[in-house]
Amino acid sequence: MSSASDQSRLTKTFTELRRNKSKALVSFITVGDPSLDHTLECLQGLVEGGVDILELGIPFSDPEAEGPSIQAANERALKGGATLKDVLDQVKLFRKKNTDTPIVLMGYLNSIIAMSDFEKRASEAGVDGLIMVNLPPEEGEKIAQPLAAQSIDLIYLLAPTTTKERSKEIVEVASGFLYYVSLKGITGADHFDSVEVTRKVKELKELTDLPICVGFGIKDGETAKKIAPHADGIVVGSAFVDLVAKGGSPTEISARLKEKASELRVSIDSTKAP
Amino acid sequence: MAEKIETEFYDAPSKGGYFGEYGGRFVAETLTHALNELSDLYDKAQRDPQFKREFHHDLNHFVGRPTSLYFAKRFTGLLGGAKVYLKREDLNHTGAHKICNTVGQALLAKRMGKPRVIAETGAGQHGVATATIAARLGLECDVYMGAEDVKRQSLNVYRMKLMGANVIPVSSGSRTLKDALNEAMRDWVTNVDNTHYIIGTVAGPHPYPMIVRDFASVIGQEARAQMLEREGRLPDTVVACVGGGSNAMGIFYPFVNDSSVSLVGVEAGGNGLQTGEHAAPLNEGKVGVLHGNRTYLMCDDDGQINETHSISAGLDYPGVGPEHAHLKDIGRATYSSATDVEAMEAFRMMNKSEGILAALETSHALAWVVKNAPAMKESEIILVNLSGRGDKDILTVAEIDGITL
Repeated sequence: MSSASDQSRLTKTFTELRRNKSKALVSFITVGDPSLDHTLECLQGLVEGGVDILELGIPFSDPEAEGPSIQAANERALKGGATLKDVLDQVKLFRKKNTDTPIVLMGYLNSIIAMSDFEKRASEAGVDGLIMVNLPPEEGEKIAQPLAAQSIDLIYLLAPTTTKERSKEIVEVASGFLYYVSLKGITGADHFDSVEVTRKVKELKELTDLPICVGFGIKDGETAKKIAPHADGIVVGSAFVDLVAKGGSPTEISARLKEKASELRVSIDSTKAP
Repeated sequence: MAEKIETEFYDAPSKGGYFGEYGGRFVAETLTHALNELSDLYDKAQRDPQFKREFHHDLNHFVGRPTSLYFAKRFTGLLGGAKVYLKREDLNHTGAHKICNTVGQALLAKRMGKPRVIAETGAGQHGVATATIAARLGLECDVYMGAEDVKRQSLNVYRMKLMGANVIPVSSGSRTLKDALNEAMRDWVTNVDNTHYIIGTVAGPHPYPMIVRDFASVIGQEARAQMLEREGRLPDTVVACVGGGSNAMGIFYPFVNDSSVSLVGVEAGGNGLQTGEHAAPLNEGKVGVLHGNRTYLMCDDDGQINETHSISAGLDYPGVGPEHAHLKDIGRATYSSATDVEAMEAFRMMNKSEGILAALETSHALAWVVKNAPAMKESEIILVNLSGRGDKDILTVAEIDGITL
């Protein structure tokens, strides 16, 4: 790690946010969507707009948990030829200009199984965390150790259907932060219930000190506002991906993402405790 | 339902759903609860005589079991080697073995109090089998089917609709079976409270590979008893085609501990293994994770799932049930392949010599027999799982023959 202190970028980010009584804005886009020439500029736009943590999708042919927006993003990226190696190359490029913003890769297990020495290569590229959608903790043991050895956090998901007993077990093995999937469904769904989410997040807060970020179904400032006061961060994916889908030059798409990020940033910050 | 075979050397899967190093439960967190619930319920159902009675009642009176064990005399004579017996799964209601699994799982759905079932389907056979039992039990039924397959299999689509099922075309990815499975998973994640997902093969997250195997293994149980009665001994070889592998597991499983019986699975060789255009992950694939389980897959160096090719839609799948991966690794079963051309030849030979129109899937198993029976002794016995009938394939075959019906 290039960081001078031995605190991870994720820990530093959340500590800093807590100090400022602010909440994390986590953005998701798929690497290589619509082409690899777009990715770096898009990431920079997001950070300039106020994103605290970058979640990057590893393109995969069979993204089981994704809604139509992110499915299409995967297809565009694959059409452009993006591979996991390209994902790591983009992270390296980004790290040349930015050594502070945490990067979390999100994807499906088959992608990382296919790369030998993934953990080491990801760490060298500057990856801070990993979310594997189809890797519950029972199956995660095998990769948890090699990831930890490279100081990469394995971030687990919790869902509305996760029982309290199970939540207790998951928080024991989780690191980095917890990702609360706010609804039963796929990314970008539209049956978000903020009252229920708030209740669940509170319940989780009693079990752990790890930061909790909430995602799936948060598309706009209004929803973000409702959740931000109760969680440590908000994950927005499909709404950003839809802006990428509109197409255009890297600069054009980046500007769009920056604008959306600023809007979400303002909404989240408007809920700051005095 | 299957009697659990208790032996020292074969008791898969483990509690976590592992067959050796294959299987497991690689799913989005939202589904874990439903899978635990299904495991518990299945556990109880297995020990409940009432459940067994209901299952066998439907198999006997609705499906028409037991199916016959048929000695294919002219086919045997034509090949001039081992005696060939056919387990006539084509005689099941709806025309294939698939209905055994859907009957069992629909009864489980009823027990869970879930009023809605969903399914994925490729050629439409599993979709039809699901729609059929849903109609019989009064369950709401949605079937996901790749948009390409909807076009190719219009007859089965209409059949499902006639039974009140809703067929949903899937336009993502390669628009075929694997994408239908993805979409069914997405539906299940969303509607998990009121919906049971009836997976159509021995794949998917634990406990599906076990449940589907157990329900399908009525095939092997019957065949084993029938063979003992007819020949006074077990067959030397049991052959079945393998796509996801449910008909093969169904006939293999009751023979797994009979070490004198060799088990042969036949994958879809498509245009030939060397062309890369096939659906033979056990022959040419690598280990990976897809659709909830760890198994052999057809994927590239970046882990992307390859598009597969087979003349038979039912074998056109890039993965394979984890138990087959295990049986391969421990050497208990061997896995061969047959090309489109070889399957077509066997298909024609079976039609002309026996008057049996086998499904193109099944014809892959027959192709193995055509190739290997002549070299075997006349005293040897091959048991083939004639997994389904080929009425659904007539348009495909006619097209190959250049005939428009």
